[in-house]
Amino acid sequence: MKLLPCSAAKTSSPAIQNSVEDELEMATVRHRPEALELLEAQSKFTKKELQILYRGFKNECPSGVVNEETFKEIYSQFFPQGDSTTYAHFLFNAFDTDHNGAVSFEDFINGLSILLRGTVQEKLNWAFNLYDINKDGYITKEEMLDIMKAIYDMMGKCTYPVLKEDAPRQHVETFFQKMDKNKDGVVTIDEFIESCQKDENIMRSMQLFENVI
Amino acid sequence: MAAGVAAWLPFARAAAIGWMPVANCPMPLAPADKNKRQDELIILNVSGRRFQTWRTTLERYPDTLLGSTEKEFFFNEDTKEYFFDRDPEVFRCVLNFYRTGKLHYPRYECISAYDDELAFYGILPEIIGDCCYEEYKDRKRENAERLMDDNDSENNQESMPSLSFRQTMWRAFENPHTSTLALVFYYVTGFFIAVSVITNVVETVPCGTVPGSKELPCGERYSVAFFCLDTACVMIFTVEYLLRLFAPPSRYRFIRSVMSIIDVVAIMPYYIGLVMTDNEDVSGAFVTLRVFRVFRIFKFSRHSQGLRILGYTLKSCASELGFLLFSLTMAIIIFATVMFYAEKGSSASKFTSIPASFWYTIVTMTTLGYGDMVPKTIAGKIFGSICSLSGVLVIALPVPVIVSNFSRIYHQNQRADKRRAQKKARLARIRVAKTGSSNAYLHSKRNGLLNEALELTGTPEDEHMGKTTSLIESQHHHLLHCLEKTTGLSYLVDDPLLSVRTSTIKNHEFIDEQMFEQNCMESSMQNYPSTRSPSLSSHPGLTTTCCSRRSKKTTHLPNSNLPATRLRSMQELSTIHIQGSEQPSLTTRPPPTTSK
Repeated sequence: MKLLPCSAAKTSSPAIQNSVEDELEMATVRHRPEALELLEAQSKFTKKELQILYRGFKNECPSGVVNEETFKEIYSQFFPQGDSTTYAHFLFNAFDTDHNGAVSFEDFINGLSILLRGTVQEKLNWAFNLYDINKDGYITKEEMLDIMKAIYDMMGKCTYPVLKEDAPRQHVETFFQKMDKNKDGVVTIDEFIESCQKDENIMRSMQLFENVI
Repeated sequence: MAAGVAAWLPFARAAAIGWMPVANCPMPLAPADKNKRQDELIILNVSGRRFQTWRTTLERYPDTLLGSTEKEFFFNEDTKEYFFDRDPEVFRCVLNFYRTGKLHYPRYECISAYDDELAFYGILPEIIGDCCYEEYKDRKRENAERLMDDNDSENNQESMPSLSFRQTMWRAFENPHTSTLALVFYYVTGFFIAVSVITNVVETVPCGTVPGSKELPCGERYSVAFFCLDTACVMIFTVEYLLRLFAPPSRYRFIRSVMSIIDVVAIMPYYIGLVMTDNEDVSGAFVTLRVFRVFRIFKFSRHSQGLRILGYTLKSCASELGFLLFSLTMAIIIFATVMFYAEKGSSASKFTSIPASFWYTIVTMTTLGYGDMVPKTIAGKIFGSICSLSGVLVIALPVPVIVSNFSRIYHQNQRADKRRAQKKARLARIRVAKTGSSNAYLHSKRNGLLNEALELTGTPEDEHMGKTTSLIESQHHHLLHCLEKTTGLSYLVDDPLLSVRTSTIKNHEFIDEQMFEQNCMESSMQNYPSTRSPSLSSHPGLTTTCCSRRSKKTTHLPNSNLPATRLRSMQELSTIHIQGSEQPSLTTRPPPTTSK
């Protein structure tokens, strides 16, 4: 705010400049999805389903893309007691396949198509991709621990029984015992898929969300 | 959950697949979607304007009317749409709430109409978005204040018959317009306050010379007269204060109130003066005490609403006044210091110390400029001018806030007064409309009885007797007739033609007001309890003023032959002469035995 006319800001501070740029950016970022037919061909959804999905998507994100903040907000509405920001961050990265920082409708549909209409192989692939935070093809114990902590965070503080400090670590150990066949401390995609296919529970639960849409 | 978030639930559920490989135990079964139907457009017809939306949009909020099965009650099979007989303008806002998750409050909408609509659709007003919530709350508060005002004045005007003497006195003190005695008291006290104040003023005016001594003020020349006046005033004030002390419902609170303190301060000096002897030591203190007599002028605030508003404004602007005072003090100290040091060098400077400079600073900042202290050095003059400029600024800033507060409160008061004045006329008009409906019943009775008479006598009468009433009216009248039969209380019809047919009336029926009066008079029941008088309109005025009016009426108005079908207002009815002598017999009939 300029109170005295002589104090004209010759060099506007970088903060102000950035915010102006940000505003422009926000205003100009608009994304229109591919044509309906194209999406229908790419994904396994019918036209009607795509319409319903897009309406919901566009309602929440009128600009056509979801950035990470909005993603976290939306996801945290489903888990009010806990802190789901970390898990939402991992989930965002799993959906944002081209890593441009925004999930467009196509990314969204691709992800959902795999999760709801894909084969078990595809689903397991997707899950592996989610756990593999740095996308190097191996799940390390640290990565798994992060994921586990994020999942437990979503539960919040008020649980029964009370969450123990080392519960995530225990859980990771159990997971690695089950998955890591050659005990080399990392889980590869093949180990993962093989172990999951052997497990009855996992197989069954993969089919759980078939009819979500 | 917010609106669109429900649309993301499928996504969240799908993403849950990410937990599956990690889970150690089997997952619970998913709920089956029994009523899985395709999303369909539903048509909402609101008073003719058609809105269309997806069914799932409405189902986002299942605890509202539109989101639950409650809307099925409004489903119209023929047109396959949901019909609501409500305001389409407000419905627009309601539907937008479903669509966007935000409820807005349109400014042009009346607050109570909007509230009604929200209540109908089962939406809590608390979820109005932040953008509109403040406006909504402000309007609601205004409306509530207005209603409270109305209710208060209504309660005050209702005649409560069982007020104790103490309560009547308190009401008389608080509101002098309730009775003539209160008004007299009000004016008398006002007069004496004025007399007392003028006396105090005139006392000090020099009144000519007495030969042999210097000029005296009037107070000393006519000391006896002034003393008598003072005594009289103080006596009146004392009596008034004691009465006020006796009357209020909460004496402790009254004693603590400002007005009572002013009363006490006004009369104390006199009594203290009486008690103290003519002692040289204390006479100085006594003179000081006489200054407090001037507080009598504050007693006028009971008589002037403007003064009260001013006082209330000052109280409510306490923070602004405090800020003004604080900033002024700061500025005074700063400038006084500066001026003192600036003028220190000049000879014969009046700025002998910083406190001495305070006077100069105050006089300059308020732009008074007496000129008794003037800076002589150049630096002093420069700082002096800065001082006066800043004084103007500092004082001008909080004053508009105080002014606008005063204006707001004053206008609010004006509005309240205006509303109260209009209310009487409004209520009178409402009363007329209400009694119109009761008269409708009487007229239908007359018509009914006349029809009966026609049937019995067989003589054709004018067509206007057969006035057709709507279905609702006739049902209403039938209902009232049933009540008659049940209770045995009655209205009597005052038609001259019907006086012949009184023998056909077997039971007590609704009695018209002046018939009732007539009966009161003729059966000379002086103390007829007002509660027994039945009336269709539940207005208390009808029952309480009945017999009081009776006592006032001494002459009968000339006979007026009026046709039965002419609609009359209650005021008109009261001037119509009561017919015949056969009517009293109706009320003496034994009450009917109701057979079950």
